[in-house]
Amino acid sequence: MAQTKRSMLIDPLVDNNPITLQVLGICSALAVTSSLQVSFVMAIAVTFVTAFSSMFISMLRNHIPGAIRIIVQMVIIASLVILVDQVLKAYAYEISKTLSVFVGLIITNCIVMGRAEAFAMKNPPVASFIDGIGNGLGYGLILMLVGFIRELFGSGSLFGLTVLPTINNGGWYLPNGMLLLPPSAFFIIGLLIWAFRTWKPEQVEEREYKIQTVEAH
Amino acid sequence: MPDVSGNNNKGFIRRFLDLPPDSVPKTVFVAVTLCLVASMIVSAAAVALRPVQEINKLRDKQVNILQVAGRYDPAVDITEAFAEFEPHVLELETGEFTDAFDAATFDDRAAADDPATSVALEDDPASIGRKAKFVTVYLLRNDDGSLDKVILPIHGYGLWSTLYGYIALEENANDIYGLQFYSHAETPGLGAEVDNPRWKSLWRGKKLADDSGELLITVAKTAPPEGEDYHVDALAGATLTTVGVDNLVRFWMGEAGYAPFLENVKAGEI
Repeated sequence: MAQTKRSMLIDPLVDNNPITLQVLGICSALAVTSSLQVSFVMAIAVTFVTAFSSMFISMLRNHIPGAIRIIVQMVIIASLVILVDQVLKAYAYEISKTLSVFVGLIITNCIVMGRAEAFAMKNPPVASFIDGIGNGLGYGLILMLVGFIRELFGSGSLFGLTVLPTINNGGWYLPNGMLLLPPSAFFIIGLLIWAFRTWKPEQVEEREYKIQTVEAH
Repeated sequence: MPDVSGNNNKGFIRRFLDLPPDSVPKTVFVAVTLCLVASMIVSAAAVALRPVQEINKLRDKQVNILQVAGRYDPAVDITEAFAEFEPHVLELETGEFTDAFDAATFDDRAAADDPATSVALEDDPASIGRKAKFVTVYLLRNDDGSLDKVILPIHGYGLWSTLYGYIALEENANDIYGLQFYSHAETPGLGAEVDNPRWKSLWRGKKLADDSGELLITVAKTAPPEGEDYHVDALAGATLTTVGVDNLVRFWMGEAGYAPFLENVKAGEI
């Protein structure tokens, strides 16, 4: 099935979102979303890495030996991640201090590997690049939504600017401390998946089992 | 005449590229080439960006020292403002400055890891494992040359991470001017409130020890019997970070830390 470039870019936002539909990349979504600024930088970093790793892997796809293809993909992804990490350390030092360990973890982000294996190995470079951008944006969209909720209700601020003055700083808002801890992102992502699937019922997976009823005799 | 003999006219690389991807020579070729190219790109980036990164690190450290001493002004050039501070390498045991190292280039973290310049701690309330014998401290002087403030690096374990910071003391080596951490990974919203300006401002004017020299400063929920002068309120909801900060401040201000140096400052020898 030939996808248009536009649909390759738009589909991963809602219809085929890597987090809510494919349920990939959850681990980093839990870790970095306690503030919007960090979520934003992480979203850009993942989009960059997914797009370029997909492109390079796609350029090499006819030469990558099947036996070592995962390792080849990893080498390309890891090199790009180190590049991102180095650039952040040089030009966004403050953010890199809070993000550095998670940037390293982009290497193991399932979205990057998932797109490399599922799409880039079978499609030409330009399409793979766009697919990578689309999936990075889909991931970023969820990250920003979760980060918005967590920072607003957990710290009373957005992008570090106070929206709800907290009691700690002499205001009236008592922040919900749980939202600052990683498990809260699980609940928020769960609710988002629910919301997405109510809006688009075709995303609901078919049951793998059926509850049987036994007739009483 | 068309070439019918096969690969003879092709270049070395071309010959490899034309092999079927799953053959053994091709697998080795792809693996080796890819690793070479990737490592060259990565090392080129690391080397090219290192100077910028080093400047960032240095700047970050200088900003923190300026902030803890109350001399930070975003409008003033950092290097210029920092020139006011006198760096010295201090030998902890004697409390005296040493000329064995150049204070401008001395690396505190490396010194704490090197067996030659550090000792393993047996009594280790701050959970730092090894303590350097030498640290870089900073002095700030008044216009007439008398001592204004001393800025001392401190670190210790909180809940998740080692907190690195500075404490600034007044010229009497007993009154605290400020305390600030520049690197930690405590829980956002709870332990990370060590960065909250309101909490940091609680430190100003507190005293380390009473007149008899007994170290009393504490970070706790309730004030000690000696009174509020020696007490900084705990962080709400961050008991373990609070305990960590309490331990590390008491450790560094105590006999194993800066006490000999503080005695020298009090005696007017610095």
